[in-house]
Amino acid sequence: MNIWIAIGLTAVGCYAVKLIGLLIPAGLLERPLVQRLAALLPVALLAALTAQQTFADGRVLVLDAKAAGLAAAAVALLLRAPFLLVVAAAVLVTAGVRAMAG
Amino acid sequence: MAVGLSGFAFGVTSAGSGLTLLQTCALSLLVFTGASQFALVGALAGGGNPFTAAAGAFFLGVRNAFYGLRLSQLLALPRAVRPFAAQWVIDETTAVALAQPTRRSVRIGFTVTGLTLYVLWNLTTLLGALGADAIGDTDAWGLDAAGPAVFLALLAPMLKTTMERVVAGLAVVLGLGLLPVLPAGVPVLVAALAAPAVLWAEGRRRAPTGPAEDDDTVGEGR
Repeated sequence: MNIWIAIGLTAVGCYAVKLIGLLIPAGLLERPLVQRLAALLPVALLAALTAQQTFADGRVLVLDAKAAGLAAAAVALLLRAPFLLVVAAAVLVTAGVRAMAG
Repeated sequence: MAVGLSGFAFGVTSAGSGLTLLQTCALSLLVFTGASQFALVGALAGGGNPFTAAAGAFFLGVRNAFYGLRLSQLLALPRAVRPFAAQWVIDETTAVALAQPTRRSVRIGFTVTGLTLYVLWNLTTLLGALGADAIGDTDAWGLDAAGPAVFLALLAPMLKTTMERVVAGLAVVLGLGLLPVLPAGVPVLVAALAAPAVLWAEGRRRAPTGPAEDDDTVGEGR
């Protein structure tokens, strides 16, 4: 039930912000400070989420094969690999390290 | 192609996080904005309550309001049509629409991209969720690394200036440092405060000297 509540809230919230952008008059969101905050908010969220999903197991910090996978993804990004390759590198390296360790 | 893979990765991740097939597909059909979906299932898998989990996903979706603002000027849709177009206001459709020279091609570009991606995203989500059940232990295949890799791939192009890098660094420290002490799902919301905090600090630092050069990119920047 909790999951359905979360899905419902996310669906309504995400649809609402999409629609608001189409409906409200321009100018209201065009203020420089609002624009900069809107650009920086995803940076903060994505950085925190990347770190948590790599280095956390529940509420405990861990260092496991996923760290190697993320490092591989970072290298792929630095080499300007396409999105597909970046995700594939992370998955393959993580699986490889686990296979060797286990 | 990239959307297809992330749709598949989302389906697998979502199923691996304990969501049912129906819940996974409902997310792709109703939410249809990838980063928010990954964030939501990640937060739920981490034991977050539905409200903090949805809040994180919501804040990631806020950027779509700014896309909508751009698009509403370009598309000039009648008000009655806007509620139907809204669901397709995402990163990719905005990028395509902004690149078009005329209003007609903006509308065509938006519609074709929106429809194609919507179908592709939902089909690959379904395949991923079904595939996860067939695969069994998704961790053994390294598929739990797909979510964070998607986040990193979305994040990397945003790290253009020192300011963005400082925000990202602070958010990582807050997100990991607060994880053991705050309830699940809350640390990520606190980490989001890195954005206004850095903006505020930047404003204070600049105030006495007036506006300075903005783009002090270092290293291999883009």
